[in-house]
Amino acid sequence: MTSGVAVADIAPAISLRDLTVSYRGHPAVHHLSGAFGAGTLTAVVGPNGAGKSSLLGALGGTIRDFEGRIERDPALRVAYLPQASALDRSFPVRVHEVVAMGLWPRIGSFGALTAADHAAVIDALAAVGLRGFDQRWLGELSAGQAQRVLFARVLMQDAGVILLDEPFNAIDARTTADLLALLQRWKREARTVIAVLHDLVQVREHFEQVLLLARERVAWGPTAEVLKAEHLFKARQMAEAWDETAPACKVSA
Amino acid sequence: MSLLASSLLGPFIEFPFMRRALVATLALSVGCAPIGCVLVLRRMSLVGDAMAHAVLPGAAAGFLLAGLSLPAMSLGGFVAAMAVALAAGFVTRATPQREDASFAALYLIALALGVLLVSLRGSQIDLLHMLFGSVLAVDDAALLQIAVVASITLWALALMYRPLVLESFDPGFLRSVGGPGARAHMVLLVLLVANLVSAFQALGTLMAVGLMMLPAAAARFWVASLPAMAALSVAIGAASGAAGLLLSYHAELPSGPCIVLVCGGAYIVSVLFGTRDGIVTRRLLATSHLTR
Repeated sequence: MTSGVAVADIAPAISLRDLTVSYRGHPAVHHLSGAFGAGTLTAVVGPNGAGKSSLLGALGGTIRDFEGRIERDPALRVAYLPQASALDRSFPVRVHEVVAMGLWPRIGSFGALTAADHAAVIDALAAVGLRGFDQRWLGELSAGQAQRVLFARVLMQDAGVILLDEPFNAIDARTTADLLALLQRWKREARTVIAVLHDLVQVREHFEQVLLLARERVAWGPTAEVLKAEHLFKARQMAEAWDETAPACKVSA
Repeated sequence: MSLLASSLLGPFIEFPFMRRALVATLALSVGCAPIGCVLVLRRMSLVGDAMAHAVLPGAAAGFLLAGLSLPAMSLGGFVAAMAVALAAGFVTRATPQREDASFAALYLIALALGVLLVSLRGSQIDLLHMLFGSVLAVDDAALLQIAVVASITLWALALMYRPLVLESFDPGFLRSVGGPGARAHMVLLVLLVANLVSAFQALGTLMAVGLMMLPAAAARFWVASLPAMAALSVAIGAASGAAGLLLSYHAELPSGPCIVLVCGGAYIVSVLFGTRDGIVTRRLLATSHLTR
């Protein structure tokens, strides 16, 4: 542990035990231990290349190249929203098709949508401020509207843990404010939200917990304690001092 | 009018080989064009071309071992192209190289190997036949193979439709919900290669990809959704097949290039006049907008 800040005393939704995540064959996050409290909003912050997205990928199940343990209740559904750049918006799909895919765990490749499902899609779109957009093509939407669509899909996933990777990148202030309000709603519904963010003002205002990452844990705990100048300075130093050519450390302990 | 009818229908009524060729090209359109649409939308247009070249060494090996035997050459072609696809996927995953570069490198190796193998025993005529086929020489076995592959293609696309679409525009999401993204990708590659191989005798490895990609690329200029694109591209492919055969018959030109060139004509017309982003259409709309 590189910081003395204690993780808040809340029942964990996800616990990490000595987690080392590799991205394209190189370790991106080292020896991370700690817990995301159930029903909390946690921001993951750190310099570029700090391993934030790799951590989220491992939590979301898209990166399987890791050592150590990720422990969570198997019954707990996880919704993972990768960075917007991962989405090909030129592909011809309609908004309601994208949102309905949040039901994948139930409908899979062949399941049909019920009338209630269609109604739920309309409701989810209304909740993100896109009432009446269900028949529009994804490619016709602005970046902000597309991000709202993806949040509507997260709503459909009805997940206990929600992972968001830089959800407000290149998104205007109005959309960001609306989607941040959605995060507060998820917290009220006792969902656990873990979001990678860069805007520290936003983090201070809306997130109670912060994991400050610079390839390894710099600090993890209540926002005010983690986002101290000394921690931020340390994170920056660690990111700059990182030796890309150093041999991979041995993890099996 | 009867002159027109006789020149359009006459060759098909009169000659069994023309009817056979027509059925072959119609069935090929049904299988190939929808695959082409998926490739276009997934930005994999050149993968079709690479796979068409990759069929060659396997077909040539089949030719060396068993002579002009359709099953041997088809099986060889299928194995060779799948090997190139899997090897390209492996190189992409195991190294920082991007997939297009691995595909390009491996298909060039395959192409050179194929030409070398043909030259070991075959003549230049054999090589030309492999590359460009002969739709007028399609026999029952080839026709059956084309029909079976087209039927399997439509069924497989229908069964994999949802994961295939999701994997195309949001692969990360499909992975995160544990969907069969890798399987969808693999099924697409198998279908692609199976269609190229089934088109092999009729059109040859290189012309086959024309019937696959040109109608798909043309359809994109008229309709938006994948199902509409698939339907329209089948229609364009089938119409081009019939028109190409007639052109070939009346002008005494080789049939494969005629069919693909008619597809190319449909593509150029679509680029210019397509209702979605056609160059001339856009100009016209822009002018009326400004003067309104």
